[in-house]
Amino acid sequence: MTALELIRNFSIIAHIDHGKSTLADRLIQACGGLTDREMKEQVLDSMDIERERGITIKAQTVRLQYKAADGITYTLNLMDTPGHVDFAYEVSRSLAACEGSLLVVDASQGVEAQTLANVYQALDAHHEIVPVLNKIDLPAAEPERIKIQIEDVIGIDASEAVMISAKTGLGIGDVLEALVKRLPAPKGDASAPLQALLVDSWYDAYLGVVILVRVREGILKTGAKIKLMSTGALHQVERVGAFTPKAVTMAELGPGEIGFITAGIKAVADCAVGDTITEEKRPAATALAGFKPSVPVVFCGLFPSDAAEFEHLRESLQKLRLNDASFQFEAESSTALGFGFRCGFLGLLHLEIIQERLEREFNLDLVTTAPSVVYKIVLTNGEAVELHNPADMPDVVRIDEIQEPWIKATIMVPDEHLGSILALCQERRGIQIDLTYAGNRAMAVYRLPLNEVVFDFYDRLKSVSRGYASFDYSLDGYETGDLVLLNILVNAEPVDALALIVHRTQADRRGRALCEKLKDLIPQQMFQIAIQAAIGGRIIARETVRAMRKDVLSKCYGGDISRKRKLLDKQKEGKKRMRQFGKVEIPQSAFLAALKTGPD
Amino acid sequence: MSLPPDPRGFGVYVHWPFCRSKCPYCDFNSHVREKIEAEAWEHGLVVSLVRQKARFEAQGLGARRVSSIFFGGGTPSLMPPRLVGTIIDTIARLWPLETDAEITLEANPTSAEAENFAGYAAAGVNRLSIGVQALEVNALGFLGRTHDPDEARRAIALATQHFPRFSFDLIYARPGQSVAAWERELRQALDLAVGHLSLYQLTIEPGTAFYGAHARGDFALPDDALAGDLYEATQALLTTAGLPAYEISNHAKPGQESRHNLLYWRYGDYLGVGPGAHGRLTLEDGTPLGRKLATRAQKAPETWLASLDADNDGLTEVDAVAVPDRLTELTMMGLRLAEGVPLARYLRETGVRPDASLDATGLSRMIDGGFLTQTDTHLTATDAGRQRLNALLTQILPEDAPR
Repeated sequence: MTALELIRNFSIIAHIDHGKSTLADRLIQACGGLTDREMKEQVLDSMDIERERGITIKAQTVRLQYKAADGITYTLNLMDTPGHVDFAYEVSRSLAACEGSLLVVDASQGVEAQTLANVYQALDAHHEIVPVLNKIDLPAAEPERIKIQIEDVIGIDASEAVMISAKTGLGIGDVLEALVKRLPAPKGDASAPLQALLVDSWYDAYLGVVILVRVREGILKTGAKIKLMSTGALHQVERVGAFTPKAVTMAELGPGEIGFITAGIKAVADCAVGDTITEEKRPAATALAGFKPSVPVVFCGLFPSDAAEFEHLRESLQKLRLNDASFQFEAESSTALGFGFRCGFLGLLHLEIIQERLEREFNLDLVTTAPSVVYKIVLTNGEAVELHNPADMPDVVRIDEIQEPWIKATIMVPDEHLGSILALCQERRGIQIDLTYAGNRAMAVYRLPLNEVVFDFYDRLKSVSRGYASFDYSLDGYETGDLVLLNILVNAEPVDALALIVHRTQADRRGRALCEKLKDLIPQQMFQIAIQAAIGGRIIARETVRAMRKDVLSKCYGGDISRKRKLLDKQKEGKKRMRQFGKVEIPQSAFLAALKTGPD
Repeated sequence: MSLPPDPRGFGVYVHWPFCRSKCPYCDFNSHVREKIEAEAWEHGLVVSLVRQKARFEAQGLGARRVSSIFFGGGTPSLMPPRLVGTIIDTIARLWPLETDAEITLEANPTSAEAENFAGYAAAGVNRLSIGVQALEVNALGFLGRTHDPDEARRAIALATQHFPRFSFDLIYARPGQSVAAWERELRQALDLAVGHLSLYQLTIEPGTAFYGAHARGDFALPDDALAGDLYEATQALLTTAGLPAYEISNHAKPGQESRHNLLYWRYGDYLGVGPGAHGRLTLEDGTPLGRKLATRAQKAPETWLASLDADNDGLTEVDAVAVPDRLTELTMMGLRLAEGVPLARYLRETGVRPDASLDATGLSRMIDGGFLTQTDTHLTATDAGRQRLNALLTQILPEDAPR
């Protein structure tokens, strides 16, 4: 057990590409966590997707031993946090496990939106924040300007920002000293009943479920019988340890310490993030504040492009769920797409990540339908049903009312962009709750229907604020709405994958926009293609993709045969991703792109 | 039609890889060299012919009669006439020539090259294919051609004196070209043409000077609608003039079709000699379909020539063509022709009728849409189908051909 005053727990907050991973690597290196030989570039972001997107999906930690200038060796726990609003709750639990944060800002780029969302969360978690200006060795670096920007935009003192170049290693010692001197030590009582925060959990092929914990009070020991307070489930601790970043076994974790345990738990689904772990024989009186069970809020259909892959998809989803309990799935069938699964996610990014992992790690070829929220439908006979899929919408004559989920959204934005943000919220049926200013930044609080948010709201928010708006939300109940089912027809056949539930006032705009979008996305073919939007039997928009006039190789002689044949084979490959509508085949990518991007 | 009755003739393609300058649209295997050792090349081509014959006869090529020879390039009109004569004589010594064998040579219409026309005719060439490309001086400049329209006219006049048959090429759908301007140029061309014209829409190929220029936005090609208008205007004008399209870009008076090129489109056998030349050979191996080979020679001229020193035939790839690929190749080549593909050819190349191997849904959709016809004897792309052949092919070729 480490003395409290010798522990510093911190996370790193940074925008993509501002150097979070490189800095983490340097800190690990400087503390001898890994030898140079073991040092693989960017140790923390281990999954391919994380590396490529610069997003951390699972929280990870590193325990470092740092001998400070005062001659004392400190234990530093670096907590890497998920970096997206979809995982806002997971982020809040990771931050709750630390006392401070390094705010890494690119010295030429300055503060960006993702940084803001996370830094406000860190402030909410009462973190001490140490600003770090990275890439100061670049000619474009303007540290003084960026310091002022940090003070203006975030409202924290940046006068003692640490100047570094994570790439060259410049200033890494200063960062470590700042951690020791400027961050508070954790508090806690080793003699109190055990109270540990379940920060994250994942499935390891050798160890089973591994749980990442932050001990608040008491001591977590090998062999102890622990209780998960939300479920009351009991488990025997098999192993206690920490990542250095290699997994190292320890006898116990005391107050203020961060580490992992294994306890013979079979499924990640049994380890809810934010839960409190206590000891069976001497339980804590109360659980730690802030626990929320994870509830999917966005649903979509996932279908294998090749119907024969259905079982493979089922197995893959089961395997993924071993490691990510926050998404759900159940079998469904679509007339156009065949058998697949209706899946629920924490948000749009979460959806994309799962989809990408299925395609990449399990080599699946998927069709994804439009994201939708969970509607509550009250039927004329008084029965209430939950609707996860627009295609399951009951006949309008049987519907008494449709209720949709609302959210309470907080948007922070520099005031020059406030006008366009307010207009966007208004356009999306938002109701303003509050509007305040902090320096030159405005904070707008709105109530918004979630179905307006799952539809390209982030993209629009980002573009109208040039990336400076930060956005966070929490669910805020259900309300009755004037909602209608909008169908898209291609050559008079409804595309069930494109069916949407929209507010009546938005139907014309969305229908028109989808038709126009599809017109641009669907390549010309040998036959004319009619694209229509309809509410019930009423056509509200129509576009036409004209038949192609010419598509032929001008020259083709003896020497061209092999090459042209291979070209044709490649085109035939593309056919697998085609969907049949009457006489025409529409590439799946057209639908996907139509689903992904907004109209404006 | 008075086409050769046996589609399975046997042709020899001879590739001459040298040019005075590289044209910006050309992605053929052509190279600019200061000096060319004609004797070394003569030796190389002869040796390659002899060795290829020996190699493939040992594998079941069987007795063949040569129905056509084609000198392509590069710029074959840079070959000394004596060299052309030696090659023709060598081929005739290796295989009997059909009495009406077609011997074509591609020529540029510069005055220097036109001086060789008489020599080629004397060497045995009986058909000339002239790379005129345009009849407007600005267009010739854009296309990087070194001749002017008057030189082209003189070369055509000279060709009519020396060769019983000749053709020339034009490139259209050039940047900024209107349908009316093209029709004017085409009428001038029809005044000069005798029996055959090749009319190609300009395409941008990777690895050419135009590829980078086009990507940079230096010029734009006609869009789909204008390209369609230009193509249709071409068909209408040439049909009226009595030179209907017998292939997508080739027009001829009946009987004046290029027999050698028909061999390609009918998926017949041909031997390829010279750098980068391709061949297709069907060998007897005791099976009903025989063994189809795709051959390719070394591409770089010097590598090709050097490889012949060492007992080699100059070929770098000799691959068996699997039956599903024979289906694709027969279909994609054959549907370029107005005559279509005889069902018997499907039986010969794939063992089954096309409706048993091609995509049934695609076939019926294309037939219903007026892009394809199937009779008791032929599968044929209609005019509209040929104009959109790429799309048509992806519709009818099977998604996963069984192998």
